[in-house]
Amino acid sequence: MKLLYFAWVRQKIGISHEDLTPPASVTTVAALVDLLRRRGPGYEAAFRDVKLLRVAVNQQHTGFESPIGPDDEIAFFPPVTGG
Amino acid sequence: MSEIRIQAEDFDPGAEIAALGNGKGTAGAIASFIGLVRGDNGLSAMTLDHYPGMCESEIAAHAAEARRRWPILALRIVHRVGRLTPGERIVFVGVASSHRQAAFQAAEFLMDYLKTHAPFWKLEERGAGATWVEARSADDESVKRWL
Repeated sequence: MKLLYFAWVRQKIGISHEDLTPPASVTTVAALVDLLRRRGPGYEAAFRDVKLLRVAVNQQHTGFESPIGPDDEIAFFPPVTGG
Repeated sequence: MSEIRIQAEDFDPGAEIAALGNGKGTAGAIASFIGLVRGDNGLSAMTLDHYPGMCESEIAAHAAEARRRWPILALRIVHRVGRLTPGERIVFVGVASSHRQAAFQAAEFLMDYLKTHAPFWKLEERGAGATWVEARSADDESVKRWL
């Protein structure tokens, strides 16, 4: 799956995107977050409090309980502040 | 006609407004909004980050919703990205309709949804530091009136 990070999520993790093949047991955004959180201090800092984060799957706003699959594009970012 | 553009370059408000008129005499009203970078509290610049692709599709979905709610003849939205300094234009929303109420309401609806749903983020520079703008609860309240 393709992962994208924006704003301070990208700054904390240190990269804007990456490709990842998680174990088959990772079937929701929440399970993916648990996996990512263990990948290093930058990830741990970015995903420490998921209440501060929003997620989009295939460019649609959704929630952390959403199902995900190997071909999905998943983006993590803070609440939006455009306009 | 709906036109949605995300761009680094500035836009010409007069040209955007003129483009909303269709020349056929059916539009009786054009309402427009322009958002500017406000240089208060020592702000020296802001950089707009965005999610290419999702910004366009999110704005297009709300433009389609606005067209379901109001009799819109033309609609244009331009949002800039990149580094901007105080006084610069950030966003343009313009709506043409046969009557003013629909044009005003649709423009407000589009701005409220743009602020709370379109994936843009602002990084503000003040002095030597830069901080990401936090979402405002007032914007979340503002969008609720359209539910």
